[in-house]
Amino acid sequence: MAEVATVKDTYLAAFEAFERGGAGGGPAWLLRLRREAIARFAEQGFPTVRLEDWKYTSVAPIAAMAFQLADGAFDRLPAEAIEALVVREPVAHRLVFVNGRYSAKLSSLAPLPAGARVASLAEALITDAAVLERHLARYAGSDGIGYGFTALNTAFAQDGAFVHLPPGVRVTEPIHLLFLATSLTAPVLAQPRNLIVADRGSEATIIERYAGLGDDPYCTNAVTEIVLGEGAALEHDKIEQEGELAFHVGTTQAVQERDSTFTSGSIAFGGRLTRNNLGVRFAGAGGTCTLNGLYVPHGGQHVDNHTLIEHAQPRCTSRQLYKGVLDGGAHAVFNGRVIVRQDAQHTDAHQTNKNLLLSEGAEVDTKPQLEIFADDVRCTHGAAVGQLDEDAVFYIRSRGLDTQAARTLLTYGFMSDVISRITVASIREELDGLLIARLRAGQGAKETR
Amino acid sequence: MLSIRSLHAGVEGREILRGIDLEVKAGEVHAVMGPNGSGKSTLAQVLAGHPAYAVTAGEVRYDGQNLLELSPEDRARAGVFLAFQYPVEIPGVSTAQFLKAAINEIRTRQGQEELDAIEFLALLREKLALVEMDQSFISRAVNEGFSGGEKKRNEILQLAVLKPKLAILDETDSGLDIDALRIVAHGVDALRTPDNAMILVTHYQRLLNYITPDYVHVLFNGRIVKSGGKELALELEAKGYDWIKDEVGAVEPLGAA
Repeated sequence: MAEVATVKDTYLAAFEAFERGGAGGGPAWLLRLRREAIARFAEQGFPTVRLEDWKYTSVAPIAAMAFQLADGAFDRLPAEAIEALVVREPVAHRLVFVNGRYSAKLSSLAPLPAGARVASLAEALITDAAVLERHLARYAGSDGIGYGFTALNTAFAQDGAFVHLPPGVRVTEPIHLLFLATSLTAPVLAQPRNLIVADRGSEATIIERYAGLGDDPYCTNAVTEIVLGEGAALEHDKIEQEGELAFHVGTTQAVQERDSTFTSGSIAFGGRLTRNNLGVRFAGAGGTCTLNGLYVPHGGQHVDNHTLIEHAQPRCTSRQLYKGVLDGGAHAVFNGRVIVRQDAQHTDAHQTNKNLLLSEGAEVDTKPQLEIFADDVRCTHGAAVGQLDEDAVFYIRSRGLDTQAARTLLTYGFMSDVISRITVASIREELDGLLIARLRAGQGAKETR
Repeated sequence: MLSIRSLHAGVEGREILRGIDLEVKAGEVHAVMGPNGSGKSTLAQVLAGHPAYAVTAGEVRYDGQNLLELSPEDRARAGVFLAFQYPVEIPGVSTAQFLKAAINEIRTRQGQEELDAIEFLALLREKLALVEMDQSFISRAVNEGFSGGEKKRNEILQLAVLKPKLAILDETDSGLDIDALRIVAHGVDALRTPDNAMILVTHYQRLLNYITPDYVHVLFNGRIVKSGGKELALELEAKGYDWIKDEVGAVEPLGAA
């Protein structure tokens, strides 16, 4: 435990140094938020398994590891690895970040509709100060589902993605945000901070992707805040492909005004330990959110999805479908909490979590948590953990496909509805390819065993 | 084409087939009939290679090969097809995806070129018409949410697309209303050629109103106890199975069924 305290102390000392150095040169309001955040981090520290929300996910390895806060130096990056991820397919809008810092060289931006802003947070702190002051760090509080991680991010946040859609603006091409990470010398802590503000009636699709450039250990602690104005419609797809030795804690907090529509896709492939916190708060009536998730841990991977939907206003609809396919000795956690406040009459909330275990060593903890304080609501939930249907394997084999192909097909079929809900065709195709490759590798490993 | 000799098989240590002998030649249609529990479905499953069934004695030759040594997929690749009594759902995989994977696997193994997307779709459309199925069927997940009749038609669609040499239809007529039965039966009948063979496993004679078998066999208590022409089916329909039981019972005492 002494070691844990030491690591925490290094972050506190780092903050003092950061503050003395001008705290990244940000505005006074931000410095105030940073101070509040570091004070909360000093008090909370990293969560432990004694907390109900972190019961199945020990972040002790993160708390014990002396990560270096990532700085802007990334000259000696593996160029080929970047190429493979960035240039795979040309897209209209892509912001690329390395260890949480924006890289203009790797990014590309096509012309946007008048008034729309897609920029780095560091730039936006200068050019879009008013929007940032109004929204940054107002939603993902350190008392929220990110716990001490959010506080740590806020204390040091200097860069990330900023998207602002003025009223009625529709960006037709998806906006790609790519977060690359690598440890050049010592393990780094990358802390991107993203803010997406979709004003009244605006529309866009945003792909937030995290990828490791190598097999080195590092930690990503990302926070994304999303604001949907009245009638706004946003699709937000998060693809997590961190390196096999990486830690990923990602907190996404959305706030929905009246009649807005938020569609979230969360696909988790990578990382040694992944914790996704996804919060949605209905701040206006008549909103709809759809949260789709897929996690496919194998080997010794641990992936934890925590969702929290707060129905604070009437006539809102929430739909959740999270699916997991676990192989090897993987461990997955799904915790779906839905709170229906007293005023949130005519809430319609539905949650499903389904898990497919491909090996005996895989383990899943699934927990729905419905807290209902209104009386005229419709709330349902369901969770299932199962294995491949052997009768279906035989049926497929009787049509000429071998056992491995049959199992791959069935597993793919199990996951396909989550993928099919992503509206960007190129992402769907890419994910299909990645998932099938992973399944084939897994089946292949079983055959040779 | 198919030669079954003294086949004994069972499940979980319980013997169900107690010495089956059956010869099937190219171009022939055989009906295997019998009361519930006589072993009809077991015979179908054993021929397709269901891993839950164990063959304890006897042999099955198919096209000069020992069929029992082949895996289920190798049997399919060699041209054996089982239309399931209870077709299985494959959530998330469309009928088109499934059949394209299956036919191209079989074609590759038989040394033929794979069908490309356009060729496959053309073939699928043609066969859909045969079983009077709507185009929308092929984009739905295999058997998921299908009615009983739709599932059976999907089996015949697969049969038509995969064009096996030996088709075994396990109670394909059960649970069908008269219209679905007509569609299924006409579909099957249209697939008869001088080069292929069919084994129709059925409880009732009504399927045989549409498909005239060359031979009818009565399976009882794990053995074929009577064989004949199509008239035998009509006799069974008129008199039921009891007279068979009596006839067999008079010859030898039966074990507990």
